[in-house]
Amino acid sequence: MALDPQTVYRISRLARIHVDASEVERYATELSSILEFVDQMNKVDTDHVAPLSHPQDRVLRLREDKVTETNQREDLQAAAPAVESGLYLVPKVIE
Amino acid sequence: MHTKTIKRLCADLNAGEYSSVELAQYYLDRIQRYQSINAFVTVDPEFTLSQAREADKAIRKDKHKPLTGIPIAHKDIFCTKGMLTTCSSKILSNFVPPYDATAIKKCKDSGMVCLGKTNMDEFAMGSSNETSYYGPVKNPWNETMVPGGSSGGSAAAVVARLAPAGTGTDTGGSIRQPAALCGITGLKPTYGRVSRYGMIAFASSLDQAGTLTQTAEDAALLLNVLAGFDPRDSTSVEESVPDYTENLGKDLAGLRIGLPKQYFDEGLDPAVEQAIQESLKVFERLGAALIEIDLPNSELCVPCYYVIAPSEASSNLSRFDGVRYGYRAEDYEDLDDMFMRTRSEGFGPEVKRRIMIGTYALSAGYYDAYYLKAQKLRRLITQDFEQAFERCDVIMGPTTPTPAFELGAKTEDLIAMYLNDIYTISANLSGLPGISIPSGFVNRLPVGLQIIGSYFAEALILNVAHRFQMETDWHQKVPEGFAV
Repeated sequence: MALDPQTVYRISRLARIHVDASEVERYATELSSILEFVDQMNKVDTDHVAPLSHPQDRVLRLREDKVTETNQREDLQAAAPAVESGLYLVPKVIE
Repeated sequence: MHTKTIKRLCADLNAGEYSSVELAQYYLDRIQRYQSINAFVTVDPEFTLSQAREADKAIRKDKHKPLTGIPIAHKDIFCTKGMLTTCSSKILSNFVPPYDATAIKKCKDSGMVCLGKTNMDEFAMGSSNETSYYGPVKNPWNETMVPGGSSGGSAAAVVARLAPAGTGTDTGGSIRQPAALCGITGLKPTYGRVSRYGMIAFASSLDQAGTLTQTAEDAALLLNVLAGFDPRDSTSVEESVPDYTENLGKDLAGLRIGLPKQYFDEGLDPAVEQAIQESLKVFERLGAALIEIDLPNSELCVPCYYVIAPSEASSNLSRFDGVRYGYRAEDYEDLDDMFMRTRSEGFGPEVKRRIMIGTYALSAGYYDAYYLKAQKLRRLITQDFEQAFERCDVIMGPTTPTPAFELGAKTEDLIAMYLNDIYTISANLSGLPGISIPSGFVNRLPVGLQIIGSYFAEALILNVAHRFQMETDWHQKVPEGFAV
């Protein structure tokens, strides 16, 4: 199926990826070609097939609810673009 | 020295023929000399040599492990404590992780020496290494050709003999396909066999770490280091780890080799097919039987993959927001605008396309038609393999439909690029182990033979590959420009 510009903008918004007006057409064409390609999936009837989310149908292991990691705040925040007093800085969100 | 396998280097180190420092320096010099192929993103000679000095100490005190002192190149998708880890993306171009991935830690703990971080497709999304923020890797056999991807840097480094071994990751063929295009041995173990902890996530239900080496025997030695349960990875499996070298050399008489008819159809380059048929004759001479098998849903593997992988990627890559690590845009209006500009400036075109496709496939109203549909197909594809393994012990076929193609040849045609992985994606969807081994040449470019095993049958496929390598010398070929 072919995507229209409005849909491209909607996806861009959901994906938090800025799309310039000059790029919309290209995105619409490229994404549509991928969707058209994956539409081949409809050749097969899967009505009575259960979805497979893990290759060996295993369930995820749970661990005990116990603290196992030590505090490494400074090490972890060393890679951040902006921090102050142990907090991550972002543009103002509350007026 | 650079033509030696890990196996041979270990023997030499232990016999005192040379030190680990000398060995590391030798490879660092080669990396420096052959920069034109762009295989490495980061090299830190001082760090490498300090690890080598530690290894020498351990060897002198007789406190070494099997691979102590052996140099290795790591794909830049594995977090390395204190060393730049970019995933070949602008968004991580300044990221220095505060911890080691489990695979890296295991190599360190066994005394292996890190030669540096290898180039790759951005976030492992690509089959030609052309999506890297740091430029494409070039194929050492012909520098106008692609090395394959996404572990293209590790594959090129190993075949150019800039490293005795490399690590890689394989989500849809990213170890096996570059191994085939570069003419080396590439192993993707069973899903869950090697820990994903600290390995930057692309598609979590498909990603698996593995090895790029000259020989299957070296792959077995390296898998002995990497494999095992890790409580830090919730999908790591609690299965015992055998000694993968134990079976090497076992007789192949009576081995049943399944040949999927769908892997030998019109999509396959006839010259590649010819090389594969010659290789199959070697196995027949070794006493194996060839059986035609049917994998009826093969054609749907690539479409299925291009829903599942981008969907999981769109979720995994939401963490790159310019707040906690990595690149942040300079100009923005507010928080949301900062997210959007950071991501549109930080990600390359292929990564953005996949995030957008995945976002769409998971969005309200489309989830059932795309993601759920793909998961149902995934079960059918997996069942095809289960049925096939009732009739055979291993499955063989070409790793790729063609040898390496020219740089730029497929960058404009997305679907043509995606179809490079037509024979490799099925092992990711089903979680099965697979290996690609050198199997001849077409137009002076390597051809790969793929061997797929059932779950946790790494020891078997490694032995099958090893027996082939005892009979052939394709894996010993070094590209002309890198022979000295």
